[in-house]
Amino acid sequence: MYTFSSKLKTFSFVLMAVGLLGIGYGFLTAPKNIQEVEALLAAESHGGHGEGNHEAASVAHGSETTHEAVSADHAKADAGKHEAKAESEHKEHLEHVFHQLSNKPWAALYVACIFFMLISLGTLAFYAIQQVAQAGWSPVLFRVMQGITAYLPVGSVIFFIILVLCGLHFNHLFIWLDPEVVKHDELIQTKSGFLNFPFWIVRAAIFLAGWNAYRYFSRKNCLAQDESNDNSFYKKNFNYSAGFLVFFIVTESIMSWDWIMSIDPHWFSTLFGWYVFASFFVSGITMICMVTVYLKSRGYLENVNSSHIHDLAKFMFGISIFWTYLWFSQFMLIWYADIPEEITYFITRIQEFRVPFFGAVVMNFLFPVLILINTDFKRITWILVMAGIVILLGHYVDFFNMIMPGTVGNSWFIGVPEIASVLFFLGLFIFVVFSALSKVPLVAKRNPFIEESKHFHY
Amino acid sequence: MSNKVIYAIYNDDDILMDAVKKTRAAHHHIEEVFTPFPVHGLDKAMGLAPTRLAICSFIYGLCGLSFATWMMNYIMIQDWPQDIGGKPSFSYIDNMPSFVPIMFEETVFFAAHLMVITFYMRSRMWPFKEAENPDVRTTDDHFLMEVAINNNEEELVSFFEGTGAVEVKVIEKH
Repeated sequence: MYTFSSKLKTFSFVLMAVGLLGIGYGFLTAPKNIQEVEALLAAESHGGHGEGNHEAASVAHGSETTHEAVSADHAKADAGKHEAKAESEHKEHLEHVFHQLSNKPWAALYVACIFFMLISLGTLAFYAIQQVAQAGWSPVLFRVMQGITAYLPVGSVIFFIILVLCGLHFNHLFIWLDPEVVKHDELIQTKSGFLNFPFWIVRAAIFLAGWNAYRYFSRKNCLAQDESNDNSFYKKNFNYSAGFLVFFIVTESIMSWDWIMSIDPHWFSTLFGWYVFASFFVSGITMICMVTVYLKSRGYLENVNSSHIHDLAKFMFGISIFWTYLWFSQFMLIWYADIPEEITYFITRIQEFRVPFFGAVVMNFLFPVLILINTDFKRITWILVMAGIVILLGHYVDFFNMIMPGTVGNSWFIGVPEIASVLFFLGLFIFVVFSALSKVPLVAKRNPFIEESKHFHY
Repeated sequence: MSNKVIYAIYNDDDILMDAVKKTRAAHHHIEEVFTPFPVHGLDKAMGLAPTRLAICSFIYGLCGLSFATWMMNYIMIQDWPQDIGGKPSFSYIDNMPSFVPIMFEETVFFAAHLMVITFYMRSRMWPFKEAENPDVRTTDDHFLMEVAINNNEEELVSFFEGTGAVEVKVIEKH
C-alpha cells in the first residue's frame, strides 16, 4: 500500500493555493471596459511597440475579425470620409483588443484545464489498449495508470463547468457561441447545425460521461478480480476496454473539433483529431512514466524493473515521433497548397506565435529523439525525468498554440494567469492522483498476466 | 603445433546455455558456437561485447540527412532557383517543408542500407562465400560448441561429456 507522503500533500496544496491566487489575479487585472484598454494601449505605444501590433492584430486574428473586416469594407464603400473611417477603425481595434484581453485569463484556465484532463484521458486510452492487447509487461503498472485516471472525473467536472460558463457568455472563447457574431458571419451560420450550444454541451456531457463510466467500471472490475476465484472480471474488463476504445476514437475525434478546432470556426483540418490524440496520448504515457519513476524511487513498486521503465520510454519516444509526423503532415499539406482559407491558421501562428510554435517542435521532437534514441539512456532515471518534463511542457505549449491564437491572438503572453492556471491544475492533479494511489494496493493480485509482468525482462 | 579443437554437440538450447556457462566458469576458451536459430541470452553467457551496429546506423543516418540537405540546397536553391508554382526558393529554410520528405527518406535509406552492408562486411557474408558449417546438423537441430585444445585433450573431452553433450569430437583444424 502506498501512503501519500505529507510533504507531497503539502506541496500540492501550496501549488493549488498559489495557482488560485494567480488565477484570481489574472481575472482581476483583466480590463473591465474599453476605456481601460485605451489607456493600456496608450501606455504601451509609449513603450514603442503598440502601433506595430495594430496592423497585425486586424490581419491575423482571422476567426474573430472576418466580420469586422467585412463591415470595414462596407464602411469604406459608403462613407469615404477618412476621418470617420479612422475613428471607427480605432474603435473597432479597441474593441478587438478588449475581447482578447478579457479572454486571456479564461483561455489560460481553459488550456491548463483541458491539458490535465486530457493527460488522464490519454492514460486511460493507453490502459485500455494494454488490456485489449493482453500486454504481458504492463499489468504491474495498471494500478499506477488507474491512479492517474482518477483525475479524470475531477477534471471532467471542472472542464464541463467551464464549457457551461462559455455557453452562458461569461467569456468569449468560442466566438460561434455569440449570437451577434453568428448573425454577421455566413460561414458560421452554415455550421450552426453542428456548432450550437445545446447540441455542443450535450455532446460534451455524453463524451465525458462515457469516458468516466469506463474508468469507473474498469477499476471496479479490476479490484473485484483481486478477490475473485475465476477470471470473469478480467474477461469483462477485456470486453469493456474493447468497447471503450471504439467509443473513444469516435468521441475523441469529435471532442477535438468541439473543444479545440471550433475555437477557430472558420478553419478546419481533417487529421486534427489524430493530431490532438497524439499530443495527449504521449503526455499520458509520459505521466505514467513520471509517476512510476517517482513511486519506484520511494520504494513502492518492487515488481517494476528497469525493463518496464525502458518500455515506457520507448513509447514516449515512438509516440513523440508520431506526434511530429502528424504535426508536420498537417502543417506541410496546408503550407504546400497555400489555400487562403486554410493557411491563415498557420500564418497567425508563425507570425505571432513563432517561438511557441516552433519551440513545441523542438521540445516534442528534437529533444526526445536525440535523448531517448539511446537504449542505455532509456533506463537512466534522471534522463527520463528530464525528457519527461520537457515533453510535458512541450505538449502544454502545443495546446497553448492550438487555443491561444483564436482566443487572445497577439495579446498572448505566458505570464501570471497562464502559469498560475498550470500550477493550480498540477496541484489538483497531484493531490487527486496520489490520494487515489494510496487507496488500493499497487499490484493487482489476480490478473492473469501479473506473473509474466513481474518477471518481465527486456 | 597441431590445431586441435573439440566439437561438443548438443541437441537442446537450454543444455547448451548451461554448458556455455560451465565452460566459461572452467576458463576454457570458447572459439565459436554454432546454432540453428538465435538462442536468447547466448551472447551474454559467452561474454561477447555488445554490437555497435546501432551507433553506425545513427551516423549513417546523419550522413543521409546531410546528403539530402546538400543535394536539395544545391539543386533547388543555388544552381537554378526557379519559381515553380510560387514556392519560395530564396533560401533553403523558406522552402524546407517541401524537402522534408526527401530528407527523411534519404536518412532512412542511408541508415538502413549502409548498416546492412556494414553487417555483411563485419560478419563476412557475400555471395559465393564458402559456408563454414563444421557440421551440417547445426543448421537443422543441433548446437555445436568449438573449444581449442592446448595439450589438455583428455581433460577437455571428459569435461564436455559431463556437460550433457550428445557427441564430443576432436578435430584437427587446418
